[in-house]
Parts: sequence; structure tokens; C-alpha cells
Amino acid sequence: MVIACKHVWAHISDYLDQTLPPDVLEQVQKHLEHCEICSAILDSTRNILILTADERVFELPLGFSERLHARLEEEIKGLAP
Amino acid sequence: MATELRDESRMIASIVAGDAQLFHELIRPYERRVYAMALSFLHNEADAEDAAQEAFLKAFRNLASFRSEAKFGTWLTSIALNEARSRIRRRDAIRMESLDEPQEDGEQASPALLRDWKEIPSEALERKEVRLMLQKAIIALPLIYREVFRLRDIEQLSVHEAAQALGITISSVKVRLHRARMMLQKKLAPQLKEVAPKRRRWAW
Repeated sequence: MVIACKHVWAHISDYLDQTLPPDVLEQVQKHLEHCEICSAILDSTRNILILTADERVFELPLGFSERLHARLEEEIKGLAP
Repeated sequence: MATELRDESRMIASIVAGDAQLFHELIRPYERRVYAMALSFLHNEADAEDAAQEAFLKAFRNLASFRSEAKFGTWLTSIALNEARSRIRRRDAIRMESLDEPQEDGEQASPALLRDWKEIPSEALERKEVRLMLQKAIIALPLIYREVFRLRDIEQLSVHEAAQALGITISSVKVRLHRARMMLQKKLAPQLKEVAPKRRRWAW
């Protein structure tokens, strides 16, 4: 069965998570083989997920760790008898 | 992963038994995760830092109630999530962010159509403008999508864990995650294409 681009888009997330049922997976794969637009959408989505998951995107501010541990230390000392 | 090799259950037991100093060690691998979580909800660094500190303090105070069936990291993440959420509620009580949130059963999200997409290497993240572009796009997601995206694609929680942390069904997690990813693709793919290396220009 041939499926339209729109249907492929609806499956991109499950495709990336590898949770598509085998029959749908086969249809999607066949479509991707000859549709460069859908392939580009898939590649760009996958790449964006790789980039956004990179820990450099949300860097810790300078001194964050020191301030955090100082505050914890106060809390810990406050609990001490 | 270093966190897998540490015996966190044992560390937690020692802390609860009185070796409170060990808490510093316990949380070190999670500092960035908790901060990033707070920042993607709270939009500014000072608020995010404050919320992150508060989340760690709450974790410390409530450590005795931690049940080892859960991973410490997941438990800590849900404390951070709750802290960020309650701050948003307080701050946005006037702004009513929820009114702007689209319904899940609306029309299908359509992606950005790019014929000549080139992969953006992760070296691009060395550039501050690229990091900011990604941060902004995540922060701009409506809250219900941002939470799911954060937990699944950044914190790498399973669908089940994310559903639990958010108190929603597994199928809602999947639907929201799909929409979040498509929204990011639509917004970021054209922007990222612009920052792709254009080496060919000076290929002499």
C-alpha cells in the first residue's frame, strides 16, 4: 500500500522511537526510500533531537555548583545537633 | 555512565543514617540536569538557579521518604519538575499561560519542508548563537509539550516514567511528544539550515 507524505509525518515520532508496528514500519520505510522531502524531515527531526539533548545547550551558570553546595552545607549544618 | 557504577541506594542509606555530607557527592552528577530542567520552564537563569537549589534542598529534606524501587535520578527529576511547575503557576497566575495552550486533538502538526537538509554537526553547539537558538525554541513550546519533551528527549525518561512523573496517560505522552518534536522541527530546521557549515564557498 502506498501512503501519502502526510501519513508519514504522523509516524515520524514513533519511527524515531522504533515503536511502529511492523506493517506500518514497512510502509513508512518504502515511502522514505523515494521521498526526499520526508527523508529530509526525518533527518532534520532526528538531528534536532540529538542537538537539543546535548548538555551544552543548557550550560550551568558560572559558580552555580559552589553556590548550591554552600547552601546545602548551611542546611546540613543547621540539622546537626 | 558513572552514575550507574555508584551505589546510590547505599549512599542514600548512609545519608539517612546520619552521614549528611555524602549528599554533596550524591547529587553532583545531577546538577546540570536539575538546572536545565528548571531553566527550560522558568526562562531566566536566576529563577532557574533558585528553583534548582530549592529542589535539591527538598530532596535532601525528604530523602528518608525516597523508595529505592525508583531511580534516585528519576525521583529527583520529579521534585525538580514539581518545583518548576509550582513556580510557573505562582508567576503566571496573572498571565494565564494555560489559555494559550493549544488542544491536543487539534489539526495535525505539519513539518518544515526542506529538500536539501544537511545534518548540523554537534560542533555547531560550540557557537553560543546556536545554543541560544535551541534553548529559545524549547522554552517557546507550550508548557504541556515542553514538559514531555524535556522528560523524554532530554532527561531520557521512558514513556512510562514520563507518564508517571506528569500524571498523564502513556498515549498522551506519545501524542504530546510527537507534537513537540514536530513543532521544534518546524521552527528549528529552517534556522539550523542557515547555520550549516558553508565550506564550499571558500573551497579554493
